[in-house]
Amino acid sequence: MEHLQSLTSAALAEVEAATDASGLDEVRVRYLGKKGELTAQLKSLGKLSAEERPAAGQRINEAKQQVQQAINARREALESAALEAKLAAESIDVTLPGRGQELGSVHPVTRTMERITEYFQTIGFQVEDGPEIEDDYHNFEALNIPGHHPARAMHDTFYFDATTVLRTHTSPVQVRTMERFAAESKNPPIAVVCPGKVYRCDSDQTHSPMFHQVEGLYVAEKASFADLKSVLSDFLRVFFERDDLAVRFRPSYFPFTEPSAEVDIEWGRNEDGSIKWLEVLGCGMVHPKVFEASGIDPNKYTGYAFGMGVERFAMLRYGVKDLRQFFENDLRFLEQFR
Amino acid sequence: MKFSEQWLRSWVNPEASTQELVDKITMAGLEVDGVEAVAGEFSGVVVGEIVACEQHPDADKLRVTQVSTGEETVQVVCGAPNARVGLKAPFAKVGAVLPGNFKIRKAKLRGVESFGMLCGPDEIGVGEACDGLMELAADAPTGQDLREYMQLEDRIIDVDLTPNRGDCLSIAGLAREVSANYLVDVTVPEVAAVAPATDDTFPVSLDAPESCARFVGRVIRNVNVKAQSPLWLVERLRRSGIRSIDPVVDVTNYVMLELGQPMHGYDLNRLKGSIHVRFAKEGETLLMLDGTEARLSTDTLMIADEEKTLGIAGVMGGEHSGINDETKDIFLEVAWFEPVAIAGKARSYGLHTDASHRFERGVDSGLQRKASERATQLILDICGGEAGPLVETASEEHLPAERQVTLRASKVASLLGIEIDNQRIEALLTCLGLKLEATAEGEWHVEVPSWRFDISIEEDLIEEVGRIFGYDNLPTTVPFAEQTLETIEEAKVGLPALRRVLVSRGYREAVNFSFIDPALHQQFDPAREPVALSNPISSELSVMRTTLLPGLVKSVQYNQHRQQSRIRLFESGQTFIREGEGELKQELWLGGALTGNRLPEGWNSGSEAVDFFDLKGDVEALLAAGGNAADFSFQAGKHPALHPGQTAEILHKGEVVGVIGALHPALIKSFGLNGSVFVFEVKVSAVEQGQVTDFNELSKFPEVRRDLAVIVEESVAAAKVTDVIRETAGESFTGVRLFDVYTGKGVEDGYKSLALGLTWQHPSRTLTDEEVNQQFEAVVAALGREAGANLRA
Repeated sequence: MEHLQSLTSAALAEVEAATDASGLDEVRVRYLGKKGELTAQLKSLGKLSAEERPAAGQRINEAKQQVQQAINARREALESAALEAKLAAESIDVTLPGRGQELGSVHPVTRTMERITEYFQTIGFQVEDGPEIEDDYHNFEALNIPGHHPARAMHDTFYFDATTVLRTHTSPVQVRTMERFAAESKNPPIAVVCPGKVYRCDSDQTHSPMFHQVEGLYVAEKASFADLKSVLSDFLRVFFERDDLAVRFRPSYFPFTEPSAEVDIEWGRNEDGSIKWLEVLGCGMVHPKVFEASGIDPNKYTGYAFGMGVERFAMLRYGVKDLRQFFENDLRFLEQFR
Repeated sequence: MKFSEQWLRSWVNPEASTQELVDKITMAGLEVDGVEAVAGEFSGVVVGEIVACEQHPDADKLRVTQVSTGEETVQVVCGAPNARVGLKAPFAKVGAVLPGNFKIRKAKLRGVESFGMLCGPDEIGVGEACDGLMELAADAPTGQDLREYMQLEDRIIDVDLTPNRGDCLSIAGLAREVSANYLVDVTVPEVAAVAPATDDTFPVSLDAPESCARFVGRVIRNVNVKAQSPLWLVERLRRSGIRSIDPVVDVTNYVMLELGQPMHGYDLNRLKGSIHVRFAKEGETLLMLDGTEARLSTDTLMIADEEKTLGIAGVMGGEHSGINDETKDIFLEVAWFEPVAIAGKARSYGLHTDASHRFERGVDSGLQRKASERATQLILDICGGEAGPLVETASEEHLPAERQVTLRASKVASLLGIEIDNQRIEALLTCLGLKLEATAEGEWHVEVPSWRFDISIEEDLIEEVGRIFGYDNLPTTVPFAEQTLETIEEAKVGLPALRRVLVSRGYREAVNFSFIDPALHQQFDPAREPVALSNPISSELSVMRTTLLPGLVKSVQYNQHRQQSRIRLFESGQTFIREGEGELKQELWLGGALTGNRLPEGWNSGSEAVDFFDLKGDVEALLAAGGNAADFSFQAGKHPALHPGQTAEILHKGEVVGVIGALHPALIKSFGLNGSVFVFEVKVSAVEQGQVTDFNELSKFPEVRRDLAVIVEESVAAAKVTDVIRETAGESFTGVRLFDVYTGKGVEDGYKSLALGLTWQHPSRTLTDEEVNQQFEAVVAALGREAGANLRA
C-alpha cells in the first residue's frame, strides 16, 4: 500500500502543476480514468484477503476522492484565474467621454418665462396667448389709452396702418380674455397669465425692438390691492429664491389700472447701507373703463393686473449685462443655459 | 422734471434730510431719478473784482490783472477775453481747491507772478463753458464766499413724473405734494395784481373756444429787454435745466417752473390787427425759430394775427413775432388749451417743448390770471416798463367743469383690502386740496380742485387715499382663493415639453426677431407678400416673417462665422401670413436647423456629417411626443429655399403642417455657409394635440416574423411599400420594420432592394405556419400589384 501513497502524492503534485483545463483533464484520465492508475489499484484488491479487502478498498477510494477534490479545486482556481485574466483584458478607461448627443438648451428668456408662468400656474392661473399683430383697439383704446393720450408717446409703437400695430405690451390679452368670458357668458373668477413677445420702436443697448412680457390678470367679486401685494411679493421671493427679499410697492401710473403701482425689489445696498431699489414690474387694480370695454361689470367685480419684462428678470437672475445678446443666438451664449 | 431743492424748500420745508425727502416723494408716486449737487465741489472761491487790467508784457493773449478779494488786492495773470476793469468774477485764491481736487497755487506765467485764478462757470461746475470769465452782477459783494453768494449748498432733484401728474410739473405742484405727505404748510409767494399804468390792450379772438377756452393777454410797454436777469433767476432756471436767454423769456420760463403755466411773449409791434386762436388752414405754414418752414396740418391749433401765423398753440412761437434785441413793447399770452387739442402735435412736428409737455398733460385752468400777474410783476421788476390792464378772453362753457366725485368708504375697503376709518380718509384727501362733504355715513361728495385733472372717478380718489396712506402700509393678505380649476389636458403636449424633446437631442433654442429683411423673405417665401411695417427700425427689420426658416438660417450663418461648425438650433414663435383682404393668420410654429457632424467631436465618434435622416429622426421624435406618430407622414415636396430632391412635406392626417429638407445649394452659397444645412418647421397646433393612450392587452402567444426582400423601381417610395404591407397583412399583423435599402451589384440599374421584417401575433392563440404563410403570400401579391415589386431572388 506504500505504492498507493506515493501514487496519490504524485497525482496531487501533477494536479497542482497543471496550468490549464486540458492539462488537468489529462491528469484526471491518467489517475482516475477507467484505465487510470488509481482506478487500477481497485483491481488489485482481489489479491488481498477478505479481511483486508474492505479497509484497503476504503483507502483507495479515499485516495481517489482526495485526488478528485484536488482536481475540482484546481479546476475552479484555473477557471477563476482565466476569468480574471479575461476581465482584466477587457477593462476600459472609464474616464473617456461617453458617446452620443450632448444635451441642448432652452433659451434663457424662455426658461425665465416658463419659470414665471409655472409659479402662477401653481396658484391656479391659466396660460393664455394672443396675437402679436394687434389692433389699435385692443392695444390702446380698450386699455383706456385713447389716441391723444401722452402714454402713447411712451410706447413707441410699430404700425402697419393707422389701426394695426405690433402689440406694445401683453395687456391686450387681458381685454381679449375678459371679452371671451363675456362672449361665452362665463362669469369671473378669471385668473390668467399671458407670456409673449412685445414690440417697441426703439433699439439701443438697453432697448430691444422685440422683447418679452408676462401679463397677469385676476378678476373676482373680491380682489383687492392687498391680494395683489401678497401674490406679487410671494412671486418675487419665490422667483429669486429669497425669503427675505425686500419688496416695495410704489405709486405709479398706467392708464389701465387704478390704483397703479410699480414694484421695486432690493438689489444690493448703497454706500450708506440703505437698500438699492430696482424696479421689476408694474401692476394695479383693473381700471373700471377696461372692465366696461371688455364686457365685465365694474360694479360687481374688481381685479388686479400686473406685467413684467422677462429679459429684465433673466438679466437679473443670470447676470447678463447686454440685452442684445439675447437675440444674437450665439451658441457660446446659449450653451451656458440648461 | 429737474428742480432746485432750495427753491422747493422756500415753498415748503419739512424737517427731513434730502434723502428722506426724496424717498418720501418717490413713495408718493413722484419717482426721483437722481439727485446731484448744483455746483462742483470747491472751496476758497470768492467774489473777485478786477481793479486793474494790463497787457502781459510777453504774451499777446494774457493780461495781468489786479484782483480785489475784499481783504487784499493780488496780481493775477488771466487769459480770458472778457477780463476788464470793474468786472466781478469768481476768484479762486491761492489755497483754493477746485472740482477734481485741483489746487490753486502761486504760479509764474511767462515770467509774471500770479496769485490765484479767475474762473469761468465750467471751472467751478456751475454751468457750461463760456468764452471767458463768469460775469457776476455789479452789486455782488466783493470778497463774499462764492458758495454763499450763489447759494450753492443746494441739490438738483430730478423727478420722473408719470403722465397723469402734470399738476406736479411746477414748484407749486411739488410743494402741494410735499405738504400733503408731511402735513406741513406751504408758503405761497404773494402774487398781487399789477395796477395798469397804461390803457393799452391788444384784441384777442378765440376762434376755436373748445380748444382754447381762456386767453389772458397783457400789453407791457417800454420794456428794456437788454436788462440782465438777476442771478437768483438765472440760477433757478439753470438748476431746472433751462438756459437764460433774455429777461422776458427767462421770466416766462420761471413762472412756468414756479406755477406750471407756460406762457409766451410777443413783440407787440410785430403783431397786426388782432390775435386769433384757431386751427390752421389748408396749406398754412409757420416760419420756425430755426429758420425752417413747417407746413401745418389742419388739426393744429395755432396763434395767428390778421396777416400771419405766429406760433403753434401750446408748443412754440414762430420766428415772426418773437422778442428780439429791438423789442420795446411786449404782449404777454397766458392761455389755457384743451390737452386733447395739443396732444401729439409737438411730436408730429418733431418737437418737444416744456410748454407742449405741460399742455399735453394738462394745465390748471384756473391759473392764467395769477400766472400773468406774476410774470408781469417780474418783468416790471427786471426790465421796467408800463403794464396795461390784464384782459381775459374766455369761453366759460368750454372751460373744464367743476368735478364732483362720490367716494364710499366701503369701496375704499374693498379695493385696497383694508378698512380705513372715515376721519382718516377725510384727512388724507383734504391735505391734497380736495374738499369733502359727507353725504351719508362713510360716503362723500368730493370736490376736485382744478389742478387735479387726473381725478374723475371713485377709483382715482381711492388711489389718492392709498398713495398718501402709503402703499407700504397697506396689508398683504393671503388672497381669497376664488378660483375655478380648469381641466389639465393630458393629450396636449405643450410647447415646453416639445422644446425638451429637441433639447434632449442636442438642440439649443434660438430667439430671432419677428421682423426680417424683405430680401431674406424673398429667398424663402417669394410667393407670399409679407406684412410690412410702416415705421420699421431699419429696412433689415421691416417685414414680418412668414416662416421661421430665415431666422434659423441666419443664426446658423452667425455661428459658422464664429468658428462653430456643429450647430443644432430650434426656435418657436408666431409667423404672420396675410390671407385675403385684411385677414391675417398668426400661428405658432416650431422650426429647427442642423449642420455639421452627426456627433460631437470625440475620441470614438467619427466625423460623419449629418444628413437628411438625422434631422428626420429628430422631427419624428417630436411628432411622436403626443403619442399619435401614426397620424403623421412625409411625402416628397418642393420649397423655394430647399434642395428639390431632398425636401418633404410633413403631413398630419393628410394635411400639410410642415416641411423638412436640405437648404438649397444656391442659398448655401449666397449665405456663405459651409457644408449642408438641414431645416424643418412644423405648425405647433398639429403637434401639440396628441392622444391619451388606449392600452392594448398583451398577447401571451408567440410572435411570428417573416423577412422579405423586394426589388422595386427606385422612384417607388419606401412608404408606399410599407403602406401596402399594412393594408394587406391581415388582422394579426403587428408591424413592419424596414431594415435594409440596397442598390448596386446584383440589383438592376434604376431599381432598389428593400428588406423588411414583418411580424404577426394573435391575441388569443398561436398562429399556424399556414395562416402566416397565407398572409405573407397576400402581401407579396399586393406588393407586386400595387408597387411593382418582385421578390428578390
